[in-house]
Amino acid sequence: MDAKDKLKIPRQKMPEQNPNARAKNFMEVPLGYSPKTAQLEAQRCLHCKIPKCMEGCPVGVKIPEFLKLIVEGDFAAAARKIKETNSLPAVCGRVCPQESQCEATCILGKKKEPVAIGRLERFVADYEREKNLIKLPKKLPSNKKKVAIIGSGPSGLTVAGDLIKLGYEVTIFEALHKPGGVLIYGIPEFRLPKAIVEAEVDYLVKQGVKLELNKVIGASKSVEDLMKKDGYDAIYIGVGAGLPRFMRIEGENLSNVYSANEYLTRINLMKAYLYPQHYTPIALGRKVTVVGGGNVTMDSARCALRTGAESVTVVYRRAREQMPARAEEIHHAEEEGIFLKLLNNPVELIGDDKGAVKEMKCIRMELGEPDDSGRRRPVPIEGSEFPIKTDLVIMGIGAGANPLLTSTLPTLELNKWGYIVADENGKTSMKGVFAGGDIVTGAATVISAMGAGKRAARAIDVHVRSKK
Amino acid sequence: MYKILSKSEIVPNVHKLVLEAPDIAEKAKPGQFVILMIDETGERLPFTLSDWDAKNGTITIYFLEVGLSTMDLVRFKGEELSAVIGPLGKPTPIDKFGTVVLGGGCYGVGGIYPIAKAMKEAGNTVITLIEARSSYLLYNEEGLRRVSDRFIVATEDGTKGEKGKVHDVIENLIQEESIDRAYFIGCTFMMMNCLNKTKTHDITTFVALNPIMVDGTGMCGCCRCSVDGKTKFACVDGPIFEAKEVDWDQLFKRNAAYSQQEAIIYQFHSCESEGV
Repeated sequence: MDAKDKLKIPRQKMPEQNPNARAKNFMEVPLGYSPKTAQLEAQRCLHCKIPKCMEGCPVGVKIPEFLKLIVEGDFAAAARKIKETNSLPAVCGRVCPQESQCEATCILGKKKEPVAIGRLERFVADYEREKNLIKLPKKLPSNKKKVAIIGSGPSGLTVAGDLIKLGYEVTIFEALHKPGGVLIYGIPEFRLPKAIVEAEVDYLVKQGVKLELNKVIGASKSVEDLMKKDGYDAIYIGVGAGLPRFMRIEGENLSNVYSANEYLTRINLMKAYLYPQHYTPIALGRKVTVVGGGNVTMDSARCALRTGAESVTVVYRRAREQMPARAEEIHHAEEEGIFLKLLNNPVELIGDDKGAVKEMKCIRMELGEPDDSGRRRPVPIEGSEFPIKTDLVIMGIGAGANPLLTSTLPTLELNKWGYIVADENGKTSMKGVFAGGDIVTGAATVISAMGAGKRAARAIDVHVRSKK
Repeated sequence: MYKILSKSEIVPNVHKLVLEAPDIAEKAKPGQFVILMIDETGERLPFTLSDWDAKNGTITIYFLEVGLSTMDLVRFKGEELSAVIGPLGKPTPIDKFGTVVLGGGCYGVGGIYPIAKAMKEAGNTVITLIEARSSYLLYNEEGLRRVSDRFIVATEDGTKGEKGKVHDVIENLIQEESIDRAYFIGCTFMMMNCLNKTKTHDITTFVALNPIMVDGTGMCGCCRCSVDGKTKFACVDGPIFEAKEVDWDQLFKRNAAYSQQEAIIYQFHSCESEGV
């Protein structure tokens, strides 16, 4: 097939659950490609001499090579090709912002639509898993060196996946009772089924990665214990940005006001939507208001809808173009009936006599001069306050650095916001201690945390080998 | 998995649970708590650490059956819990303060023991004060007596010790002794009542707050309380706070957030498991 024919193939759509049905269930929204559709889509790749798509991938997935394998019909081989550099393809195929990474740099995107790399990544990873074709990768013989990873989120899992192949003895310490970090407690089932996260973690465990759940490093065990008592040769800190932000407005501590972290943890980790089969309760709002504009905000809003809310409104202080959420997530949310109230900001929450929120006072905003982030700064319009009736408020305005672990390490350099100072390879001010992901960069994406994990894994390998 | 070494109802509706948890026993300090999970479908339940033995690797908690999850824990027949997490929270600073009073009610009768013991070891004069509705509901007396210079029991019906509650007894105590610090652990109402007595005498008073929690590591913010006009997370900033600045009204209301749902489910499950 020559380039001309390839250009004639349109980008293949992925079927989705219909918005009315899916707004009432927690099942996955996009349904996946069929093998035929996947092959057709993969054929669209022009196999550029210098594949720009790879430059857009933080973990350097060999995109043209795996696409070629799809065209040839060897889907499992395509999945293994991805796994050479990315240990979580089924996750990345679902939650990566491909539109601003690999697909943004795809040459086809200049005139037509880019190859649906993310959907294809998802397809092959699902195919391999569902057909039980997962094969463990080759592993170097044990070098008897031990690495401790603190946090089992995307960056920690990546470090584990890379180092176990190099022959390290790898142990992941996780504070919660399930592994996966934000993939388990944060991202909802309908966007990332938990069975997939479990399978990806299981893939690492089968390769020999040890998991120590319910271990809060900094409380149950110190970093010093890990290095001196347990003899770890290096430590990787990938604990995420686990400290919810609040707006510090009046009424924020009323009942039925949640941080997005709490709301999503109750739903995703504790399965509160299955109450009382699962024992963790959650407030069931009728008129839900979610504050913020990121993916976490959209996730919270869509969860609220699925627990039976009559209406869900997202209140965001800037305009639509400035929302940090993926376009796809905003689109899905609106399709499901979530209402966006843009250029509005809460100023106060008002409670009833039982201390539960009943109203949100908002103020209208307009866009002023650009701020540090380059986005036009939202400015309140004086005297424009107005009330919104609401019985459940979720604050999805971001997360900061959780000090539980870092506060126990006086020699670990932090920046003024409490994030760990690390170079591009994850090296911190403490010898043998590396860090990456949100605890270094502040809240970002799954894939950027994985990229940091990849670079840190290489640096850890160099560090350990250079030790006498 | 975490082994249950013993579980028993020591007086009506007070249960003592001893668990094998060597990591926690090694690190535990007075004022800290643990989170337990019975199984995957259970809640993450926070409990005050009431004792530990680093040598044998065990920890002890006391709890009351107050809802669905604690009922489950009481009736649980398994040998292991699916999760025991800790020690969590900030340890309470131990120093030589002079005369230290510790008041306990409900689970706090067990909960005050580690602080009392540490305060005694630090050279303080330790006065412990416990309450129950009636004499047959008192527990932990022997242990507390051992670490106290003065040990006072209060029962509401007057069947043992002084008649009344801790906040009644402390009234007289304040007249008799020069108290440098006071600590109260128990239900919210009890702690608030005690504080109301000590604060009029300017006694520095600490309480172990008991808001609803989920993760217990500062990640979710469910346990936020207003202390001194600032929002604090009880799980990482506390659970022990200086009491005079606590917004009690807010704590009561936040703690009641799920009471309606839970009351219905608790009844339903109680009937079901009793075969009604």
